[in-house]
Amino acid sequence: MSKPPDLVQGTLDMLILKILALQPLNGWAISQRLKQISSDVLGVSDGSLYPALHKLEHRGWIRAQWKSSENNRHAKLYSVTPLGRKQLEKETANWNRVSSAISGIVRLKEA
Amino acid sequence: MDIEQWLYSLRPRLRSFFYPKQVDQEMKEELREHLELQIRENIAKGMSPEEARGSAVRAMGGITQIEEQCRDARGGRFLEDLVQDLRYGFRQIRRSPGFSALAILCLTLGIGANAAVFSWVEGILFRPYPAVAHQERLLALAGTARGESGATGLSWPDFLDLRRNCTLCEESFVSKITGSTLSIGDRAETATGSIVSSNYFDVIGVHPILGRGFEAGEDVGNDSHPVVVISYQLWRNRFKGDPEIIGKMQRFNNVPHTIIGVAPEGFYGTFVGWAMQFWVPASMEETFESGGYKLEDRGARWIEAYVRLKPGVSRTQAQQEISAIAARLETSYPATNRGRGVGVWPLWQTPFNNASTLLPTLEVMGAVVAFVLLIACANVSNLLLVRSFARRHEMSVRLAIGASRVRLLKQLLTEGLILSALGTGGGLLAAYWCRHVLVLLLPARSGVAMYLPGEIDARVMSWSAGICLIVTLIVGLIPAFQTRNLDIAEPLKAESSGVVGARGKGWMRSCLVVFQVCLSFILLVGSALLLESLQKIRTTSPGFITTRVVTTGVSLTAAGYNATQAKVFQDELIDRLSALPGVDSVAFARVTPLGYSTYSSTSVAVDGYQPPPEERPAIEYNQVGPGYFATLGIPLLFGREFTRTDDENAPLVAIVNQTMMTRYWGGQDPVGRRVQVKGGWARVVGVAADSKYESMRETPRPFFYVPLRQDFVRGPALNIRTSQPLPSVLAALVREVHALDANLALYEMITLQEQVNRSTSPQLVAVTLVSILGGLALLLAGVGLYGVMSYAVAQSTRELGLRMALGADPASLLRFVMSRGLRLTAGGVLVGMVIALTVTRLLGQLLYNVSPHDPGVFGLAFVVMTTAATLACLLPAWRASRTDPARVLRD
Repeated sequence: MSKPPDLVQGTLDMLILKILALQPLNGWAISQRLKQISSDVLGVSDGSLYPALHKLEHRGWIRAQWKSSENNRHAKLYSVTPLGRKQLEKETANWNRVSSAISGIVRLKEA
Repeated sequence: MDIEQWLYSLRPRLRSFFYPKQVDQEMKEELREHLELQIRENIAKGMSPEEARGSAVRAMGGITQIEEQCRDARGGRFLEDLVQDLRYGFRQIRRSPGFSALAILCLTLGIGANAAVFSWVEGILFRPYPAVAHQERLLALAGTARGESGATGLSWPDFLDLRRNCTLCEESFVSKITGSTLSIGDRAETATGSIVSSNYFDVIGVHPILGRGFEAGEDVGNDSHPVVVISYQLWRNRFKGDPEIIGKMQRFNNVPHTIIGVAPEGFYGTFVGWAMQFWVPASMEETFESGGYKLEDRGARWIEAYVRLKPGVSRTQAQQEISAIAARLETSYPATNRGRGVGVWPLWQTPFNNASTLLPTLEVMGAVVAFVLLIACANVSNLLLVRSFARRHEMSVRLAIGASRVRLLKQLLTEGLILSALGTGGGLLAAYWCRHVLVLLLPARSGVAMYLPGEIDARVMSWSAGICLIVTLIVGLIPAFQTRNLDIAEPLKAESSGVVGARGKGWMRSCLVVFQVCLSFILLVGSALLLESLQKIRTTSPGFITTRVVTTGVSLTAAGYNATQAKVFQDELIDRLSALPGVDSVAFARVTPLGYSTYSSTSVAVDGYQPPPEERPAIEYNQVGPGYFATLGIPLLFGREFTRTDDENAPLVAIVNQTMMTRYWGGQDPVGRRVQVKGGWARVVGVAADSKYESMRETPRPFFYVPLRQDFVRGPALNIRTSQPLPSVLAALVREVHALDANLALYEMITLQEQVNRSTSPQLVAVTLVSILGGLALLLAGVGLYGVMSYAVAQSTRELGLRMALGADPASLLRFVMSRGLRLTAGGVLVGMVIALTVTRLLGQLLYNVSPHDPGVFGLAFVVMTTAATLACLLPAWRASRTDPARVLRD
């Protein structure tokens, strides 16, 4: 299975944290939200979502709980830990810095 | 990873480590759930069910791959890696069995020595009475005398007052060792037992398997409760496990006792070192103790006791309260208690059993085995270093194909773990086999079952596991350190030729060798010092003749003799024995010097001598018969020896020793002066030279003798000076005794030399153990040196061959290699000498008349170390000198 490009992979963690920071969701809902937000540009397959979720859980950034959702289905709900929020802030700041630098460079080329 | 993250991630990590199946199951369920939802969504979008499923599965990708990736992401690899490393490690061990066997042997010796010593410390000092309840709160209780170290007995009235008034003590009980003759059928033997307070079995929580323990009140009165609880061993061995034993009568010291109980298996009483065979209540004291009825005599200090503190009470608090009680007793009963205190000791310092005699030895052993372990570790590290060079190629390849350095480190540690775990297993096994070794080292005595068990319990196990982990780190990390800057390209380069004399990569191995030599040297110095002490202590004259004097006793008390009968018997026996050929002299004495029994003491007053207020007025004395000084060869400086006429009808007389003469009469000849002893005035008739009374280590102290007839005891020791060998003396003695009374039993007959040797047995134990371990250390260091030198020679055959081709003769190559080996040795010896000069002081009281800096001892250790080092280097050096230049150059 082809791995997403590095940039995307690093960003995927941030996107997941961002999405979960708004509300706890299960895996499927996260994938729907991802598609919705990024309009498939990032090419996050459902396949790469779950390893990323498990990795984040093991880093202590998100935590998972089994809950009975509406219509009595058993679902694994992910939510962000306080540690995850800190990480999100860090990554967002980082992202802003890098992206502004990159867009600066891109503009420089155009000029 | 910082702490916070570690905390947050701990739970999922632990879950996937301990419940991998469940976590896996949940992951599968989660993925299935995803598919389900996706299919529904697709159906909602208008697909047919088959289409919906197909699309969902496609969007997902390969389920198995996702699962595998999730497992990777979880870090569940840890266990699999470990299993892989273990498998690989075991393969390595099988591939070089010689190397592995040597490494495991080294570690087994090192760890085994530690486990054995710690199990002894546990079994003898810290948890000496496994069957006893709450022994962690037990303290030993004994008397003290102002201005003197050590302990005395306690009197029964003092003990009762203490027990009544001590609020911090939960319970107190008496357990005083005693001996008895025991005749069952036609076999008469001596047995060791305890005189105990009636609460004994209840307090220690030991319940007889048959019958009962003692009842309250059975320790009151005089010979009023002839009941006995016997040990499991005695019951099995001497009574054949008779199930109907309770209520039967058995004579102890010739007094019929009713057997009321059998103690459970595994209970050996409360005396470190000896297994008790029977227990009698304190009311039977007079039957077992010499010196009459003592339960109402506050001046008779004979008891050894224990207290159990209430939970949470410290020893200091208990000591304060007990001291206060003792001070009140001192003011209430000045005649008997002036200058007397009461002390409590932790069990491992119990002053009245073998705990205190073995404590210094075990302390030293603790340090010694730590040294041996370090030496063993150094050896194994060295071996692993050699191998890590041999495995450079393998390591580089593994690095080159993508193994992380952490992964390599993990693997090295795993290999270290396998070695040290096997070593620990072997070591514990060795410790288990050695758990009764201490008994073998101590001289046997008849009638006494020595019991000094090592205890391998959870604490010893965890201690050994801790050692195992430390060893793993040492032996795993040192080679890892050496490979830390491994160059991937290096194996591709030509093998760099080592140089025997050069400093290079071998520096770490050289350091290890210097370290080993240093530690071995210290151990050698230690063993040599102890050996020298033992030599001195065994050759120093105790002030009496030891070789041609035998000592024994006749159990008149046990045979029911009264004082008059005993006097007649004693006189007749002396006459009969004196008439025997080869017997020079015979004399009774209540106590023979350096034996187990203790002297009586009494307050003394002398005309014209005012003792300083802090001086304890009591002085120890011995009751001796006519001819005692001639028999033991103690010189008389002034006056005369006691004679038969110094009897109960004659005026009281005494013989004082030289120190007493100096202190009380200013060194003037006191013959004819009077001294107040036990309330009466006695005339001094002689002055005896100082000798040793209780221990070879004691300093001269005031002491005096009174005639046996004027302070009579029924069961004195018999001393015979003879030119005959011991067995024939024994045969003659038995004949003569039985001619007088066929029912009498003799105590064990030994020479006074044997008696002296027994009193110095802790030194013997220390010397034996330290010498064994010192030899072991020397061997290990030798192996280490040999290994380093042979490796260096093997690595530099090229260089050696070149030198030879250029004209060096074999002798110079031999010298070249030897000098390098001996330089390492010299370095180690030098460092070792500096350390030894400071640490040998710690041998402290195990040393006797030997300075911890004794130059002769250091010289000896130096010679032994150098010889061993020379031997270790000789073979590699010889091999170097036989290098064939032609072959080396051709290769």
